[in-house]
Amino acid sequence: MSRQIQRYTEGERTNHWMVAILFVLAALSGLALFHPSMFWLANLFGGGPWTRILHPFIGVAMFLFFLVTMLRFWGHNRLDANDRKWLAGWRDVLANREDRVPEQGRYNAGQKAMFWLMVICMWVLLVTGIMFWRAYFGDYFPVGVIRAASLLHAIAATVLIIGIIIHVYAAIWTKGSIGAMVRGTVSEAWAKKHHAAWYRQVNR
Amino acid sequence: MSMQSSLDIQARSATTTPSASVRRTAEVAKLIDESKCIGCKACQVACMEWNDLRDEVGHNVGVYDNPQDLSPNSWTLMRFAEVEDKESNLSWLIRKDGCMHCADPGCLKACPAPGAIVQYSNGIVDFKQENCIGCGNCVSGCPFDIPRISAKDKKAYKCTLCSDRVSVGLEPACVKTCPTGAITFGDKPEMLQYAQLRVGELKERGYSDAGVYDPAGVGGTHVMYVLRHSSKPEAYSGLPKDPQISPMVSLWKGAFKPLALLGMGAAILAGFFHYVRVGPNTVEEDEKSKEAA
Repeated sequence: MSRQIQRYTEGERTNHWMVAILFVLAALSGLALFHPSMFWLANLFGGGPWTRILHPFIGVAMFLFFLVTMLRFWGHNRLDANDRKWLAGWRDVLANREDRVPEQGRYNAGQKAMFWLMVICMWVLLVTGIMFWRAYFGDYFPVGVIRAASLLHAIAATVLIIGIIIHVYAAIWTKGSIGAMVRGTVSEAWAKKHHAAWYRQVNR
Repeated sequence: MSMQSSLDIQARSATTTPSASVRRTAEVAKLIDESKCIGCKACQVACMEWNDLRDEVGHNVGVYDNPQDLSPNSWTLMRFAEVEDKESNLSWLIRKDGCMHCADPGCLKACPAPGAIVQYSNGIVDFKQENCIGCGNCVSGCPFDIPRISAKDKKAYKCTLCSDRVSVGLEPACVKTCPTGAITFGDKPEMLQYAQLRVGELKERGYSDAGVYDPAGVGGTHVMYVLRHSSKPEAYSGLPKDPQISPMVSLWKGAFKPLALLGMGAAILAGFFHYVRVGPNTVEEDEKSKEAA
């Protein structure tokens, strides 16, 4: 087996999985309140009123942990000219012909785009969610703002959920990735194949 | 708050299949003739008495409105507006505010809790507090700003149109008590007929702008007004001129809901079939070393 390279520290892994767990809880409780066909999910949280009570607290906790993730990884996710070329070659990437697209640093352009998508969605979810958190903030916003916030909250949540489905699938599809977030390491060969520029950087 | 039979439910919140609909009851309506109202608040008292509710005693802030606003304990409220016309004639417009029992109820559309809001086939829109989860979406959905969330139990409350009384053939408590006959109740077509009669009488008396308030934007209502100034409903303490469910709410609780679920389902399927067709993205060196081990 080839040499292992550290990709994520203990802190980064813990942080990631806290966000992940809270995301699952927020998404399930949110879906319960979103579509009648999903209302049965409210049973997981102790029924309708408990789902309504818990959802915003779960959401705020998710946001806070995400905020740490966001600050940790902000610098690694700046898009550059190379990324545009990578994105233009998305068909090759999906067809397992990664050799045809430019080599990537710590994150490829797809991962970076996902990062920014998550950042935008998380902020929209936080701000709009607070606007119609009736128990504490409902009285501070006019009804027109609350209606717009409710719609935007649902849209941002849908975009984030679809984004996370893609994020999870990408991890399952790209073998050797899950270990990076579970044990913190990737193989040297994995780094060379998927993130050649980053590999050279860590080996300098 | 209702004892009506589940046979008479024609729409139920957060429910995508039809409710029991073999039996149809006649559509009812309450007609409030603003020109006959003297602002005595007997309707408010009757509402409290029948529903056994007592609001907190507030403070006089210099207007006749008492309490200041609708609340979980006050399901109807006389709103007093002093309006001056161009010739400086003062008129005192008094409107009995409360749930309008829309044919297309925004509260019911916005509600995420199955069966927390129901609409009976007679047109009454009722909140079932035992199913209410306290989210307040009904408040966002309502074009008339009617539902109120209780601080005690976080449940939503509003006028039931005395669905319990109506279901056993009685008129609503406010109707029974009104000393001037300003509030009447019956089958909706008959109430509309009577309203037109009253409009005619008012026009004869010089109220050329008299008309019926049964706004089409919400499919008509089961609480209607006869207004002396029907082209300016806003003058009656902000009665909306053309109320309708906000497009934000319609999109949020309409087309977007199934599309969002479809999108999530499609993303999962796309991933699965990508794996089936293209296969995993493996690192050859790692695969070999796995085999060797």
